Amino acid sequence: MTVYDYDVIVVGAGPAGTTAARYAAAGGAKVLVLEKDRDVGYPVRCGEAVSHEGVSQFIAPDPKWIASTVTKFRLVAPNGSSVLPKLDGGGYVLERRIFDYELAKLAANAGAEVITKAYVYDLLREDGVVTGVRALIKDQKKDIRGRIIIAADGVESRVGKWAGMDTTCHIRDMESCAQMTLSGIEVEEDVLDFYFGDNVSPGGYLWVFPKGKDTANVGLGLSVDQAKKKPAIRFLHEFVERKFPKAAMLTHIAGGVPCAKTNPEIVKGNVILVGDAAHQVNPVSGGGIISGMIGGMIGGQVAAETVQSGDLRHLREYDKRWHKRLGWRHDIFYNIRNAIGGFDDRTYNNICDSALKLPEEKRTLGGIFRAALWNQPSMILDVAKVFVA
Amino acid sequence: MPQPHLMIHIVPGKCDYCGCCVGVCPEDAIELMESKIAIIEERCTNCRKCVWACPWEVIEFHKEGVAGMPVHTPQILNEPVEFK
Ligand SMILES: Cc1cc2nc3c(=O)[nH]c(=O)nc-3n(C[C@H](O)[C@H](O)[C@H](O)COP(=O)(O)OP(=O)(O)OC[C@H]3O[C@@H](n4cnc5c(N)ncnc54)[C@H](O)[C@@H]3O)c2cc1C
Ligand code: SF4
Ligand code: SF4
Repeated sequence: MTVYDYDVIVVGAGPAGTTAARYAAAGGAKVLVLEKDRDVGYPVRCGEAVSHEGVSQFIAPDPKWIASTVTKFRLVAPNGSSVLPKLDGGGYVLERRIFDYELAKLAANAGAEVITKAYVYDLLREDGVVTGVRALIKDQKKDIRGRIIIAADGVESRVGKWAGMDTTCHIRDMESCAQMTLSGIEVEEDVLDFYFGDNVSPGGYLWVFPKGKDTANVGLGLSVDQAKKKPAIRFLHEFVERKFPKAAMLTHIAGGVPCAKTNPEIVKGNVILVGDAAHQVNPVSGGGIISGMIGGMIGGQVAAETVQSGDLRHLREYDKRWHKRLGWRHDIFYNIRNAIGGFDDRTYNNICDSALKLPEEKRTLGGIFRAALWNQPSMILDVAKVFVA
Repeated sequence: MPQPHLMIHIVPGKCDYCGCCVGVCPEDAIELMESKIAIIEERCTNCRKCVWACPWEVIEFHKEGVAGMPVHTPQILNEPVEFK
C-alpha cells in the first residue's frame, strides 16, 4: 500500500493552479502546491486585462490589485482610424503580482499548503503507476506522494508530457509575445487600446493597457508562423520608438500564449491539466486568466470528489464539465482566430470603416465582429453561436 | 559537453525564462527553471521550432554544431537523480 503525503499535488502557482488548489481543499482534499519561482505572482508575464464579470466569480474586486478600471476599448486600424466601443460590463487591468498572491491566499485559507522555490523535474512512478512528483525544493531533491496530480505549469508545461499526454503547442497556434511596462507616458485610464496591422503585429495585435494615467503595459503577440520572419521584440521596439519615445521602461518580458483549442487530452490516469498547460486560453483574445481559473476550479472540484469517492474514473468528469462550460466556445473561437489570422491591412481598415458606420449602441465587440465577418458567410453561424450564447 | 550534432544554442544570460520555446518543443528537450535553461541534447532533433518561437531572439541555430560554446545548464541536469 502506498502511503500518500497528499491527496492532490498541484504543480504551478499561477491563477489556474491556486484556484484548483482552493477548490480541491474546499472539497476536503489535502492539497500541496509547488511553485518553481521564488515568489507567487512574479515575474508578471501578462497584459493583465480581465472582465469584471469574469474575475468577480472568484474574488470580490479590490483596489489593492486593480491598477485601472476600464469601460471602453479602442480598435486602431492600420490606417490610423479607430473605433471606441463600450466594454460590456467593464473590466480591470490588474496588478498581477498582488492578484496572484491573493489567489494563493484564498487557496491557503481553504487549507492548501504552498511551497515556492520548488521545481518539479519529473513524475514519481512506482510499479509503473504515477504516485507523486519529484521536486527540487530549495535545492534539495525530494519525492512527494500524491493521489492526484494537477499540472498547472503554464505555457512551459511538461508534466502532462511526462504523464503521456501530447501537450506540444503547434507553432501556428503559439503566440510569441513581448511586453514592456512603460511609465512617463500619456494614456487614457479607462480605455484598452488594440492596434492591428502588418506594421505592429501581422495576424495578431498590439495592446496598450493602462495602469493609471501615466503607465501602461505595452505588448504584442503574433503566431510563431509570423514571428519566424520577424520576432515580437523587434515589432515592440519599433512601436515604442514611434509612439512613446520618451518612456521609462519599468519591466520588459517575453512570453508565450497557447492560442489553440483545448488540448485533446486533459485527463490521463491520475493526472489532469488546467490553465495554459491544458491550452485553456481564449484563442481569439489570448486571454487565459479567467478561463484558466475556470478550468482550475472545475479540476479542483472534480479532484476532491474523486478523492472522496475513491474511484479514479470519476476524474474524467473534469474533461466533460470543462467542455460543457467553456471548451465548446474555445473551439468556435479557434475557428474565428484562424479567419482573423488571414486579415490584411485593407481588411482591418474596412472593418474599422464599417464599425464606424454602426449606430453607437451597436458598437460592441459582438456588433463589430458581425460587421467584420459578414463577407465570410461560413463564419456567421459560428459567430452567432458565440455571441448569442 | 555538447556533442557536435547539437545545433541549437541558447545564448547564456540573454534568456527571460518565459517558456515559449518549451511550449512548442515536440521532443520535451528543454529544461527550464526559475533562472536556468538548457537544451537536453540527447532529445533535440534540431527542428528549430524553439528558435522561431523565442520572442527575444536568444536561441541560435548553428549548422556546424555548437560544441564548445558556453552553455547554461540547469542544476537538475548536472546531477544524477538519487532515489530515496
Ligand atoms: C505577454 C502576455 C500577455 C497576456 N495578457 C493577458 C491578458 O491581458 N489577460 C488575460 O486574461 N491573459 C493574458 N495572458 C495569458 C495569461 O497570462 C495566462 O493565460 C495565465 O497566466 C495562465 O495561468 P496559468 O495558471 O495556467 O499559468 P501561469 O500563470 O503561467 O502559471 C504557471 C506557473 O507554473 C510554474 N511552473 C512551471 N513549471 C513548473 C515546474 N516544473 N515546477 C514547479 N512550478 C512550475 C511557473 O513558474 C508559473 O508560476 C497573457 C500572456 C502573456 C504571455
Ligand atoms: S530544436 Fe526542436 S527539438 Fe531541439 S530544443 Fe528546439 S524545439 Fe526542441
Ligand atoms: S523563448 Fe526565448 S526567452 Fe523564452 S525561455 Fe525560451 S529562450 Fe528564453
